[in-house]
Amino acid sequence: MTPLLHLSGLTKAYPGVVANDNVGFEIAPGEVHALLGENGAGKSTLVKMIYGLVRPDSGEMRLHGQAFAPHEPRAARAAGVAMVFQHFSLFEALSVAENIALGMDDAPETDALSDEIRTVSKKYGLTLDPDRMVGDLSAGERQRVEIVRCLLQNPKLLVMDEPTSVLTPQEVDVLFETLRRLRDEGTSILYISHKLEEIRTICDNATILRLGKVVGTCVPAEETPRTMAEMMVGTELKSPTKRPYQPGPVLLDVKNLQLPSKDPFGTSLRDVTFSLHAGEVLGVAGVAGNGQDELLLALSGEELTQNAAITLKGAAIGNKGPNHRRLQGLLAAPEERLGHAAAPDMSLTENALLTGHARQRLTNKGFVKWQATQNFARAIIEKFDVRTPGASHAAKSLSGGNLQKFVIGREIMQRPDVLVVNQPTWGVDASAAAFIREALLELAEQGAGVLVISQDLDELMEISDTFAVLSEGRLSRVRSASGVTIEEIGLLMGGTEVDHAAA
Amino acid sequence: MLRLEARPEPSRAMVLLTPIIAVVATMIAGGILFAILGNNPFTAIRIIFWDPLFNDMVASYTRPQLLVKATPLILMAIGLSFGFRANVWNIGAEGQFIMGAVVGGGTALALYPLESALVFPLIIIMGGLGGFLWAMIPAILKIRFNANEILVSLMLVYVAAQFLAAMVTGPMKSPVGMGFPVSRNFNEYQSAFNAELLSNTGLHFGVLVMMGVVIVGYIFLTRHIFGFQIRVSGQSARASKFAGVNPHTTVALCLGISGALAGLAGLFEVTGPAGKLSTNFPLGYGFTAIIVAFLGRLHPVGILLAGLLMALTYIGGELAQFQMSIPAAAIQVFQGMLLFFLLGVDILVNFRLRWASTKEAR
Repeated sequence: MTPLLHLSGLTKAYPGVVANDNVGFEIAPGEVHALLGENGAGKSTLVKMIYGLVRPDSGEMRLHGQAFAPHEPRAARAAGVAMVFQHFSLFEALSVAENIALGMDDAPETDALSDEIRTVSKKYGLTLDPDRMVGDLSAGERQRVEIVRCLLQNPKLLVMDEPTSVLTPQEVDVLFETLRRLRDEGTSILYISHKLEEIRTICDNATILRLGKVVGTCVPAEETPRTMAEMMVGTELKSPTKRPYQPGPVLLDVKNLQLPSKDPFGTSLRDVTFSLHAGEVLGVAGVAGNGQDELLLALSGEELTQNAAITLKGAAIGNKGPNHRRLQGLLAAPEERLGHAAAPDMSLTENALLTGHARQRLTNKGFVKWQATQNFARAIIEKFDVRTPGASHAAKSLSGGNLQKFVIGREIMQRPDVLVVNQPTWGVDASAAAFIREALLELAEQGAGVLVISQDLDELMEISDTFAVLSEGRLSRVRSASGVTIEEIGLLMGGTEVDHAAA
Repeated sequence: MLRLEARPEPSRAMVLLTPIIAVVATMIAGGILFAILGNNPFTAIRIIFWDPLFNDMVASYTRPQLLVKATPLILMAIGLSFGFRANVWNIGAEGQFIMGAVVGGGTALALYPLESALVFPLIIIMGGLGGFLWAMIPAILKIRFNANEILVSLMLVYVAAQFLAAMVTGPMKSPVGMGFPVSRNFNEYQSAFNAELLSNTGLHFGVLVMMGVVIVGYIFLTRHIFGFQIRVSGQSARASKFAGVNPHTTVALCLGISGALAGLAGLFEVTGPAGKLSTNFPLGYGFTAIIVAFLGRLHPVGILLAGLLMALTYIGGELAQFQMSIPAAAIQVFQGMLLFFLLGVDILVNFRLRWASTKEAR
């Protein structure tokens, strides 16, 4: 049988880096094929070539045995290739049908389109109301909009880039059900993900990329997540050892924290209450957009609240700014590395000053002690294994994983009493992620309280002592992490989703 | 088709060389322009860049003029550069310059003929205050209502110009001016006159203040946490908030500093080189200062050099008008080219040009 898509010798070089080097593999009709690799392994470049966004320097692609060289996405779509991106391109102020029409090459009339959307969404089990505003939809529903948009074009090959990163476990199940139906109808799927457990569940074959080259193939069902991760990284991985948790005294006490969101599409915090103890790692789970950013801003001091709502070691700090809190021992590392946790065009030394100047006494009467600051930056780079030619290099020149190690390291090196981190390993390669988790655990072991906000349930299960879920700006009761199952958490996370389905 | 591709990290040497390359490119393109207008381009370039400094026939007049012209440009450009680094766009330095002159000069006129050593310090403070308060209008509107400071500060330039006109035709009109819309001449009022400290050098008190501002500006920008916070604010609003910088304070400080420095520049100008308030007093220094700020890479030392260079093109341009009858408009085009080439070279330092095959571009 001729493969649906045959790739051979694909090479694409950018200045200073070969993104794809002689890459080749095949996808059969009706096959779910996984593309595995760390960040920077060249997965995105490869799918961009298939989707006509990037032209290969050399190599050949064949679709149905015919030469296939799309020079733009429209040509790829016409040949039957559709793609669902990791980041949605939807207009929040338009309806589902209007959004879908905008993305189609020859969109039918709105009424006819709405009917088609209903038909397709019913056929594949993707509940979707064409008349709703996209701004009101959850992340999972927004993804359905993107998927339905692709399905309306009857694709032969569906490319999905990190499709589950914003979904609850229940939503993932729905997605997989859809993918299986598509597969059974003969549609091939190229599936890109970091989540190895999912790949084992859904994919028939996997191709593993490392540094732009194909380093192996496997049948995921016959592998364990660990063996696949080791193929990706190329070395053996160590997993952090969990130590017994003994709650110490309360360090951070949050009572009835309210924070109305200033962003019309943001989430207000409602009555958030919890206590964080010395030595505790509290994991806060939740689907993105349920108040995670707002919780971090309220705790870091970027957004002020009623003074009594937040107490640190007995002192009310709710209306105190970030530097006051840092001096008192409450430090934070936000999710967005470039542009929030770090200033992109500034050097690592300057970025060390960004949060370090108050607590590390890097200024004298307002004058910066640059030598001391540089030493601080170098210490972070050394201790946290940040791969960079030197502290004078710009933050944006670092890879995601290295910059994240720097950002987390910068806070840990300041010996916080309480550290709040949001998505500490988001978009970070497996070895850097393991390193960061280890560092967070070590910090807690030394007696600090650590609050980890994350959407990665496996990560939270691995490092948390206690556990809570943030949903629509409300925090669930904090419970012990031992004995919680992923299914239970998923139900807590998606509680509101169930309501939508019933309505 | 040509395509721009970001360079990972621009070369530091090129960043420093950019202004020089821009000046040379301006000389070449300007020379072509002058040649098209029927003048010898080499003579024209020599008259603009060389004669004001080294031609004995004119240098005794033009050399002091260099400091006189450069001082207000540099004073204002340094103030503006802080704001520009923090994404606070004060386009109205011209208005703050006028208000500094009106408020400071007006104070002097009100005190006339009181002779006292305190008059000059007082009017300096009033001049700075005038510019500061004028700049606080866009600052407060920005903080309170998120009004765009570019528009508000720019509009206030015209308000200030009208205010100046009202003053010199009304309360500040000279009683001995034979009805002309001008104020009393400050060189007739010893305590308020901003005289040359050394004769025939152009060195007046404002020049000293300007030099002090260059040094203090340099120290604050590179060594003080305030300069750091301003740079962070310009890079990313979220990162600066995370660093504990209050964005409202940044807006108020940046507009306040640039307004006060523009006000000082106006005061020194009106009580010294200009000599009197009149409707002809504003010469567009406040707008040229924007060019000077960027030409100097928003850095105090760079601005010092850029201000002197800009003053040179003004003076040399005037010489070229006299001696070669090159139209004033051509000189303005020449000055405009300087900014154009600076920005152009800037892009090439940060990006590289690549030929993209037409297939891919489609």
